[in-house]
Order: sequence, then structure tokens, then C-alpha cells
Amino acid sequence: MAAMTEKSYLRTAPAEHLPPPLEQAGLLRWARENLFSSPGNIVLTLVCIFFIGWTVPPLLRFFVFDAVWSGSDREACLASPQLPEPGACWAFVRVWYSYFIYGFYPIVERWRVDIFFAALAVGIGWLAWLSAPRRDIGAVYFFIVLPILSYVLLSGAPLLGLAVVPTAQWGGILVTIVVATVGIVVSLPLGILLALGRRSDIPVVKFFAVTFIEFVRGVPLITVLFMASVMLPLFVPERLSPDKLLRALVGVALFASAYMAEVVRGGLTAVPRGQYEAAQALGLPHWRMMAFVIMPQALRVTLPNIVNIFISLFKDTTLVFIVGIFDFLRTIEAARADPHWATPVTSVTGYAFAALFYFICCYGMSRYARGVETRLARAHLR
Amino acid sequence: MADRPDAPQSDARAELAVEIVGLHKWYGDFHVLRDINLAVARGERIVICGPSGGGKSTLLRCINRLEDWQRGRIVVDGIELTDDPKHIVAVRRDVGMVFQHFNLFPHLTVLENCTLAPIWVRHMPKKDAEELAMSYLARVKIPEQAQKYPARLSGGQQQRVAIARALCMSPNIMLFDEPTSALDPEMVKEVLDTMVELASDGITMLVVSHEMGFARQVADRIIFMDDGQIVEINEPKSFFANPQHERTRLFLQQVLR
Repeated sequence: MAAMTEKSYLRTAPAEHLPPPLEQAGLLRWARENLFSSPGNIVLTLVCIFFIGWTVPPLLRFFVFDAVWSGSDREACLASPQLPEPGACWAFVRVWYSYFIYGFYPIVERWRVDIFFAALAVGIGWLAWLSAPRRDIGAVYFFIVLPILSYVLLSGAPLLGLAVVPTAQWGGILVTIVVATVGIVVSLPLGILLALGRRSDIPVVKFFAVTFIEFVRGVPLITVLFMASVMLPLFVPERLSPDKLLRALVGVALFASAYMAEVVRGGLTAVPRGQYEAAQALGLPHWRMMAFVIMPQALRVTLPNIVNIFISLFKDTTLVFIVGIFDFLRTIEAARADPHWATPVTSVTGYAFAALFYFICCYGMSRYARGVETRLARAHLR
Repeated sequence: MADRPDAPQSDARAELAVEIVGLHKWYGDFHVLRDINLAVARGERIVICGPSGGGKSTLLRCINRLEDWQRGRIVVDGIELTDDPKHIVAVRRDVGMVFQHFNLFPHLTVLENCTLAPIWVRHMPKKDAEELAMSYLARVKIPEQAQKYPARLSGGQQQRVAIARALCMSPNIMLFDEPTSALDPEMVKEVLDTMVELASDGITMLVVSHEMGFARQVADRIIFMDDGQIVEINEPKSFFANPQHERTRLFLQQVLR
């Protein structure tokens, strides 16, 4: 028995290095492996094909083929002998789109908003392109130059010959972008500080951080906005009370910070104890250890969650309408009530346009974050 | 920050590298270090061995204040370790440590691992720090890995990077906390060789290890710890040939078998 075992199991010559089995390339093989690999998968594939066939053609018909692309009033989007079942009324969006972008911002001053958009795009591009030249200058530009520039441009500075535009006239995509950008840019650093505060050894700091986080997290955003815009004026004289948009900005930023703090704290706990010890053993003082050793690792593992908060913050900006600010969604709400464009498809078109805008922005953030993740993962294995 | 004039300076003329007097430490109710007294001379090489749970690592980690203690005092290079953060940072700048699990910074390259502390603690210009790091990486025989991330290195290579990283701070004292226990057997030798080479340099070394061959080769004194106490201190020859205590004898039978 033993002799037999030896004969059959021990090899007499070293095993050769063989190339991996040849891929039988081709669509058929891919389909068999991915779509029809088991009875359950076959059923799922068929259901999906059916679902796509059921939903996509009518959507394409409504939004593209039968859509009305031009016209000057509701007549264009009503059923007619040529078009018995009219699709989306894009003509309505074309007529109203500058209102969707600028709100009531005075028409002669709208070039200032355009410059703001361009300046913001440059800043985001500079920072988002990871191998861009001089990203340190990019950061200074984005975090110091851009906010001042934007404030001067959008609010106006009589000294520079720019007429003052009160924030009550701002609206549309401009407001959405301003609220979202300020929320995102403020919430990350503030959230990091709060997370560090919550883990602090100093009781006062810890108490403040915990109280703030738990209080803000325990209250709906709508409540925060209401308190910022309705209750604040009760305590502060009207003359001193800050601008309505500014109050909403602060409310959104603080709200997002509390969530950000908890996400960052999760990342901090994921950094092994040994990393702290190694940094301490090298003599790194606390803040440098946090900045160079702990935070980069914590933020890396928590990147998907951070982007998650950015995306939800971006969509939550729509809630500022509740305190009377005309964000993008609110401008669509207002426009679809226009009697010149009262047709059965106006509302659907308006909302579809809004959905498209939010989807492009959020999906863009998501894709970008995914790209950064793979890049980081690859870099660490170089 | 650490270069303020009132920051304590390590006193290279102090005769003792490490002095521990009447040290007691408790984890909750558990008395993990009991009345430890130890004086380590400058340039001395000490190996600490003993069964696990005996307090070896804890003692080592007290020397750069990674662990707190309740009673007793420790003086390192003439600096008394108090609660004062300035003293703690001053000692840590002066004492290098190598961990069982390497604890390299995974988000930094090998070179950046080595230059981080010289740049941000010693305020060295980046270029000088990189030259220094390359010279130590050459000494641990892995200069060609400088641009890689730690995850791409074998365990033995990672531990040698960790040694180079500690050396970049030009420490007077090196602490090794079971530096070879987490390594595959065939990598133990490359790390031990690096440590032997380091020992010939005259740096003060305290090593927690079960590598008795290494202890025999480089140690000036071997300390046997059990149950939170120093049971026996002796020079290697007598330690192995003629252990004084029953517990030491039992331990040696186990590890030398």
C-alpha cells in the first residue's frame, strides 16, 4: 500500500511551468459565463432583457424621438395632427434655461456669474486632476482666492464698479452650486476637526464635539434650516442678522460636518494602533503624526463614505427652498406653473431636466471618486 | 517645535544610557511590572528573554514611554521621563524602536518612511534627509527598493526598512521588540545579520527576543524576565552554562531543545 502511494503521488521530475489554459475568446463564451451560467442566471438575464425592452423604447420615444425641440409657447407642445402624442417639451426648457441657471440675477450682470462658473471649474479641475502642475498653488487658489473672488463677483463691490446684487435675486443652478460647494468645502475640514475633537483626551473639547455632533445628527436638515432662518432673527436684531442665503449656507455646512465627523472617526478607528506607536516612537508630535501618518490612511479607507456624503449633500441643497431660496429645483417648480407653457408634458420635462442635471453631477462625483480609489490602490502596490 | 531652547537635551556624557529605578506598572488590577531595577551602560547590548506574558515588551515600551507606569522612574540619556510632553518627545527622538509587526507607514514609499521623521522632527532639508535615508537603506542592503511601497516588500525586507527608518533619526539607543517573531524562518537570518552588524557599531541596544543564538553572539548581558520581574541577569556564557534559577533553567530547556 505504502509503495503504491509513493509511486502515484510523488513526482520524479520537477513540474514544468505551463502557460495558463488558452482563453476561448469571443462574445459567446463571455455570454455563457456571465449571462447563462446557471438556471437562476438564465432567468435573471431573460427578466432583465424583458425589462429593458419594456422600458427603454418608450422612454427614448418620449424624450428623444417624439420630443419637441423648438417653439415659442405651449402650442408647440400640444397634441396636433402631425404629432398626436407629443413627447418631452424641450422647447420649454430652452426658453426658460437662463432662469434655471441664474434665477432673478439681473440680466446685465449675468456675465459675473459666468466668470464665477469658469473660475470654479478651473479650481475644481486643478485640484481634481491629481497630476496637475503646482497643485499647492491650486489649493491656495481654490481655498483662498476663489472664495474672495466669488464673493466680490456675485455680491458686487460698488468700489470696483460692480453693482450690488442682493442674494434674494440669486437663484437656479447658481444657488445650488454655491450651496453645495460651500457645504462640501467647509464640511470636510470641519468634520475632520470634529472627529479629532471627539477622540481628544481633553474633556472640554470632547464634550463640545460630542454634543455638537449628536445634536446636529439628531435633528432633520429642514429643522436646522428653519432654525437658521426663522429663529435666528428672533434673537438677533434685524439690522445685524445675517443674510438669508448665508444662514442657509451655515446650516447646510454644519449639518454636513456632523455626518462627516462620524465618517472620518470611522476611518480613524480603522488605522491600526501600531501606526500611532511607530509615529510616536519616531518622536513625531501629535499634530504632525495626525497630519502625515494617521489622517492620510483614515481618509483613504473612508473615501467612498466621504463621497457618499458629498452626493447626499448635493441633493439635500434642494431643501433650501423651504426657507424661500430659489435653488435650481425651485426655479423649475416656478417655471412649470407658467401659463404660457401649460401643457400635459411641461412638468415631466422640467423634472426630467432636473433629474438629468443632478444625475450628471452626482454620477460625475461618484466616477471621479472611483478613479481616485483605484489610483490609490494601485499606487500602494507599486 | 522640539528645538525650543527649553527642550531637554540628551546628555551624551551621561554614563548610563538607561536607568530604571523601582518601576511598577499595573493594567487594571494586573501587576504587570513588579519592582524593576536596571541600569544599562552606554554602548551595552542587552537581550531580554522569558516566557510570553512576562512583561518583556511592556518594559521595553516604557523606555520610550509608549506605555505609562504608576510607580518608579526611568532616566534615558540623562533625561528623566515625566508627564511633560517635551521630555517625552526628547527621549523619543533619541531612542529608535523596531516593532514585531514592522509598523511601516503603508501610504508612504520606503524612502518617505525613512525621511518623514528627519524632515518633520529634526527639520532637516528634504535633500539631506533623502541622502541620509539612502545611506541607511544601503546599509541594510535594500537601496534598490527605495521607491517602492512597503506592501511590495517581503517581511524581512520590511523589517530592515523599519530598522533603517529608526536609524535615520540617529538614535543613541535602539529598542527591538521581538523583531523576528513575525517573520518566516528563511527571513529571520537577514534581519539578525543586520542587527549583528549594527551591534558592532557600539550603539546601545535593548532587544526582546527568543533568538538565543543571537543573544549568545552579541549580548553583553542577558535578562530573564518572568511574571513581571527580572529573575536573572547574567553575561551570556554563564547564563547558558549555569543558570541560577529553576525558572530560567526550565525556560532554557524549552527554547534550546
